[in-house]
Amino acid sequence: MSTDAIIETHELTKLYNGQVAVENLTFNVNAGEIFGFLGPNGAGKTTTLLMLLGLTEPSSGTARVLGLDPSREPIKVKSMIGYLQENMGFYSDLNARQMLQFVAELNAVPADIIDERISTALHLVGLEEEMQKKIGAYSRGMRQRLGIAELLIKDSKVAFLDEPTLGLDPDATNRMTELIQSLCRDKKMTILLSSHMLHQVQKICHRIGIMIKGRMVAQGDMDQLAQEKFGVGKEKYTLEELYMKYFQEA
Amino acid sequence: MRGIQTIIKKELADHFSSYRFTIIFALVAMLSLITAYMVGMNIRDELAGIAKPQFIFLMLFTSSGALFSLVQFVAFFGPLVGLVLGFDTINRERSQGTLSKLLSQPIYRDVVINGKFLAGVVMISVMMVSIVLVITGLGLIVLGIVPGLEEIWRIMIYLIISIIYISFWLGVAILFSILFRSTATSALAALAVWIFFSFFISLGASVLANALTAEPAGDNPQVHMRRANIVKAFILTSPMELYREATATIIDPTRKSTPRSMVTVGPLETLSMSRFAGPLPLSQSFFIVAPYIISLLAITVVCFAISYIVFMRQEIRSM
Repeated sequence: MSTDAIIETHELTKLYNGQVAVENLTFNVNAGEIFGFLGPNGAGKTTTLLMLLGLTEPSSGTARVLGLDPSREPIKVKSMIGYLQENMGFYSDLNARQMLQFVAELNAVPADIIDERISTALHLVGLEEEMQKKIGAYSRGMRQRLGIAELLIKDSKVAFLDEPTLGLDPDATNRMTELIQSLCRDKKMTILLSSHMLHQVQKICHRIGIMIKGRMVAQGDMDQLAQEKFGVGKEKYTLEELYMKYFQEA
Repeated sequence: MRGIQTIIKKELADHFSSYRFTIIFALVAMLSLITAYMVGMNIRDELAGIAKPQFIFLMLFTSSGALFSLVQFVAFFGPLVGLVLGFDTINRERSQGTLSKLLSQPIYRDVVINGKFLAGVVMISVMMVSIVLVITGLGLIVLGIVPGLEEIWRIMIYLIISIIYISFWLGVAILFSILFRSTATSALAALAVWIFFSFFISLGASVLANALTAEPAGDNPQVHMRRANIVKAFILTSPMELYREATATIIDPTRKSTPRSMVTVGPLETLSMSRFAGPLPLSQSFFIVAPYIISLLAITVVCFAISYIVFMRQEIRSM
C-alpha cells in the first residue's frame, strides 16, 4: 500500500443477520484523488461508507481513515469526513443559513468564523440568493448543493459522496460535477464517490473500484481496467462497456 | 457532551415554534385557570367560618372545587403532555432522513437522545412553573391569601416531583419513538401504555386480589388485609399512583383529600395524627414520600436505559 493512502481497508467484512453485505474488501484511496465507487444497487457500497465513518461496526477486518480506526475513534474520524448521504435529509423549516449554522455548531467551528465560513460556502455552491428561503422549498439540485456547502463548513479533508447526482436534471448534474471537481482541485479534498452515472464517473474520477455482491472485483484507473479485461488501452472502451463486462462475469 | 447545547437549542426552537405545543399549552393554561377559578369559589366558602383551615394557600392546588383539583388534573393529563412532546423524537428524524446526517457529525449517539430529552424537560418545567405561577398569582390577587415559607417549599417540592413525573412519560414516548418507525404507531403505543397504567391497573388490581385470595372475605379481617395489601402492591406499578403517593403529604399536609385506607397509614403516621391531629411537618412529609419519589426517578432511569440500549444497537443502515 502506498504511504499517502487516506483510506485503507484490509479484508473488511460485514454480515447482516448472517447475510454477507461486504466481503473481504481490501482497497485504498490516495490523498487528493477522486475514487469512483461503482456497483449495482445493494452491492454494499453504502455499507462500506458507513463502516469507514464508524457508523457501523465491521464484522471482521480493519479500516483506517487518515490513520485512525473508525470503530475505535468515531468522533475524530467523523470530524474529518464529510458525508453526503443518499436521499439526504434536511430540516425543512430551517433556511440554508440556519442549517449550516447548526452543522457548524455540531462540528465545534469557532463562533467568530462561523458567519464568514457560511457566506463563503454559500457563495461557492451558488445558493447566496436563496439562503433566506426555507429548505422545504428547495429543488433537489439545490438541496444537493446545500449538502456540499455542509462539507465546506466542516472543512473536511475527506468527502464521501453517495449518489450525489441521483435524480438530478442534466443541468444540475453538470453543476454538481463541476462542484465536485472544484472540491478536489481547490480544496484538496480526497473524494470517495459512489455513483451509477458511469459517463460522469469516467469523466471526473482518477481511479475506479467496481463492487459486485459485496466484493471488489476490480480497482485501478481506466487504463488498468481496460488492459485487465480486454488487453487494450482505455481509448477503445467506455467505462460502461467495462462495467457491463464485469457485471456479467460476476 | 460535545454538541448537546446545539441539539437542545435546536429542539427548543422547534418546540416553541410548533403548533402542537401551542395547542397543548393553550389547553393546559385554560384548564388550570378554570380549576383555579372553581377552587377560588370553594375557598371563599371555607374562609367564611370562624375556624380557619391551615395551609389555605395549598388548598388552591388540592381543593377539588366542582370537578377536579389541579393536582388531580396534572396526575391525569400531565402524562399526555410528556407523550405529545416526545412521541416522534427519533422516528421523525429517521423519516426525514436527518438522523444519519446528525449521527455522521462528530457527536456521540447518546448526545442526540440526551439533548432531545433535556429540551423536553425544559419545556415541561416552563409549563409547570407557569401554571403554578398563574394560580399563585390568582390566589394573591383574587383571594388575598399569602403563602407562608413552608407552603412555598412544599409547592417547590411538588413542582419538582411533577416535572419528574411528566419527564418519565416523555422518556416513555422517546423510547417508543426509537422502537417504532412510524410516528402514528409510536403515538398510539404510548397512548395505550398511558391508558393501561393510569386506568386499567387499578381495575385489574382488585380483580387480581380477589383471584389470589380465593376464599370469600366475609367478616374475616385478615382476608381483607391481604386483599388490600395485594391491591396496594399491584397498583404501585402505575406511575400515576406513584405520583399521587409522592405528592400526597407534600401538597396536602393534612391529607384531607387523599382517602386513607387502613394499610396506607404507617404506625408513625397514625401516632402523629392521633396525638396532634394536625398537619405533618415538612420534614416528616418528605420522609413519607421519599420512597415514592425514588421509585419515580428509578422508573424514569430504567426507561431511559432501555432507550439507550436499543438506540445504540440499531444499525444505521436501516435508518
